[in-house]
Amino acid sequence: MSREFLSGNEAFAYGIRLAAPQVISAYPITPQTIVVERLSEMVEDKSLKSEFIHVESEHSALSCAIGASATGVRTFTATSSQGLLYMAECLVYASGGRYPIVMMNANRSTALPWNIYGDQRDSLSLLDCGWIQAYAKDAQESLDLAILSYYIAEHPKVSTPFMVNLDGFHLTHTYEMVEVPESELVKNFLSDYNTDNKIDFENPKNIAFSAGPEHNFAFKYKEHIGILNAKEIISEAEQKFAPLFGREYSGLVEAYRCDDAEYILITLGSIFGLCSDVADELRNEGVKTGVLRLRYMRPFPNKEIADIARNAKAVAVLEKDISFGNEGSVYTNVNSALQKAGLSVPSLNFIGGLGGRDISEEDIREIFNKLSQGKTAVHFIGIEEGAII
Amino acid sequence: MKPYLRSIKAKWTLQDYPDNTTYEAGYLISKNAGWRSIRPVIDTKKCSGCLQCYLHCPDGVISKRDGAVAIDYDFCKGCGICKRICKLKAIEMEAESK
Repeated sequence: MSREFLSGNEAFAYGIRLAAPQVISAYPITPQTIVVERLSEMVEDKSLKSEFIHVESEHSALSCAIGASATGVRTFTATSSQGLLYMAECLVYASGGRYPIVMMNANRSTALPWNIYGDQRDSLSLLDCGWIQAYAKDAQESLDLAILSYYIAEHPKVSTPFMVNLDGFHLTHTYEMVEVPESELVKNFLSDYNTDNKIDFENPKNIAFSAGPEHNFAFKYKEHIGILNAKEIISEAEQKFAPLFGREYSGLVEAYRCDDAEYILITLGSIFGLCSDVADELRNEGVKTGVLRLRYMRPFPNKEIADIARNAKAVAVLEKDISFGNEGSVYTNVNSALQKAGLSVPSLNFIGGLGGRDISEEDIREIFNKLSQGKTAVHFIGIEEGAII
Repeated sequence: MKPYLRSIKAKWTLQDYPDNTTYEAGYLISKNAGWRSIRPVIDTKKCSGCLQCYLHCPDGVISKRDGAVAIDYDFCKGCGICKRICKLKAIEMEAESK
């Protein structure tokens, strides 16, 4: 093990080098560029034995990864924002074909107005495309997810592509100390990708076939079961990971001081750290606050959210997303989890950080302040007349 | 050689389906010609068996069966390319309503 001073992008590249995909296809886009730059350097200096394919677009990057995966090899690609939207057509080919590609997405705003800074509207607008979606909180978790994601995606019970999301700039470009494991350790944890879902010259197959109205539905059902099975395999992977690498992860969610919390802030990504600091301050002032981080958006932690929110007086959902004409998509999903569990706890939505606007400590204090008033509404942080009931 | 329909089951269960979209080559289980409005019909007396129609058919539905050129109407979409390509004018397009 070594300790390195790395940005989120670099930490992810280090993790991918350890997972050693045979094929990497990528097209650069801010703020993802550095992850593929580092990987191309690693291929160049021969510290990573991988076929690095430069393509002409994101649509081609994922198409190329799908073709490579269909030959039975481990594959990686990365994108962001408009690039993710451009490859949207291919996302469903990858998930429908059950190709366990791992992709890093640097969360970034989408046009217009044109903007390169971080929010989560790119990936959250694609929750329904059949990919596992994880959201990292820091560079260390980014590196670890690069390794864990292959274990989970390639497991025969899952066989589903995996999107790891890093907050653009806040995480992709921020440097911190990161533990980089030895490659021998990763080899013990992660076996080679082995599948029947591939081109086979000895046993010719149709790949990526069509299925009409009578038969199509069954494939979609199986795809759904595959991504649900990931819940069990995420847990299995983390239990194997912890004793080998010395770091524990807590499945679909991470709860901070939620046990006796009356007011719980639910969020995702790198803002979790600041939210936890504010919760600490408020605890010192005598307010029972907690923060729940959604590590995964798909599969969605319905049960975990309900279990933790069961005794709360009110919950808030803070997200860098708006589903125009409705509310934040994370909020919609959280409300569904609460409703299915029969909970009538008030829930408030806070939309913040769109187009990279800073979410301050004061903003988070104000969220907890509004939460204690317990009135269900959709708030837009920093926008006057923002609340919509 | 072309694949033919195989194993048409009356009722399918989830276990009958593969877990992904990869399966033994040439395995066709659904007819796919529902939108054809005109069908090519081969006049076997004019047909010399040159197989130009077989080479040009975009859906691969033409083959030789028992020495004669034949069309698989379960998959022919009625595009008429075979009629256009046939120098002996051995193929005519006939309305499906007939």
